[in-house]
Amino acid sequence: MTEIGLGHYLTLGAVIFSIGVIGIFLNRKNIIVILMSIELILLAVNINLVSFSIYLGDLTGQVFTLFILTVAAAEAAIGLAIIVVYYRNAGTIRVEEIDKLKG
Amino acid sequence: MVAHAIFFYVFSIIAVISAIMVTVSKNTVHSVFFLILDFISISCLFIMIGAEFLGMIMLIVYVGAVAVLFLFVVMMLNVAQQKNQWFNSESTTSSHIPVGLIISTIIFFELIIVVGGWKYKPELSNPNTTQSSNEISNTHSLGQVLYTDYIHIFQISGMILLIAMIGAIVLTYRRREGLKTQSYLKQISRERSEGIEVLEVQSNKGVKIDD
Repeated sequence: MTEIGLGHYLTLGAVIFSIGVIGIFLNRKNIIVILMSIELILLAVNINLVSFSIYLGDLTGQVFTLFILTVAAAEAAIGLAIIVVYYRNAGTIRVEEIDKLKG
Repeated sequence: MVAHAIFFYVFSIIAVISAIMVTVSKNTVHSVFFLILDFISISCLFIMIGAEFLGMIMLIVYVGAVAVLFLFVVMMLNVAQQKNQWFNSESTTSSHIPVGLIISTIIFFELIIVVGGWKYKPELSNPNTTQSSNEISNTHSLGQVLYTDYIHIFQISGMILLIAMIGAIVLTYRRREGLKTQSYLKQISRERSEGIEVLEVQSNKGVKIDD
């Protein structure tokens, strides 16, 4: 119990990933919370990559984590821009009322 | 080792609780705050297991930039006071909630199975200590790899950031009507003949300019 190994970090990553997926599926509020859930999922991926990188002594995982950080920042910027434009056009960002595509 | 375990459990419990609070919080501003708390505790974990450069970068990029961007958008869009709509029954589209719960639990148990399979391969999971030699720090070694082997991917990620910036500006740019701006082309391409006019001024008459 006191020996923290790779499995503990991977379990933490799995828990946070699942919470992010639940947040995407069950969200009934607005789309910003869905974007935050996506950030949580990317964070879980980062936890996995960093813990494997540390425990295997390979630095490639941390390099990839850096690139995932870059892509996550770009994704957040673009997603928030799209949300701002949609709110300007439609006046709401509630998930139930975004049904222009009839999905 | 006990201190390591204590710190791990404290930070991971804070991270999991704040991740839950991100998704179930009534107020969107509170969700953003819990997201910041989540990122801070995960970056503390990163610093604790030896990836201190990534921990610091995560603090700077996520807490300093992305979370503040989220806060700006939440406060600009006036959605902070929307009522929580979790598990409401009058909605017609609420039939996907049990499906979502089932899929999420299946994903979680699959990941746990992966972790368990990794635990029973002990010949792979002993930590390799060649990287953590004391004379070269994590940041130094990461920089040595990042600027030599991964230089092209590094530049491509810079291009991704540039494209994201241009895309965000183009998406949110709004041309207002009736805004008086300078037209440089019109100013430069003015000729002398249309700029001035030579008139014969008769005595005791004067000149009307606006003819």
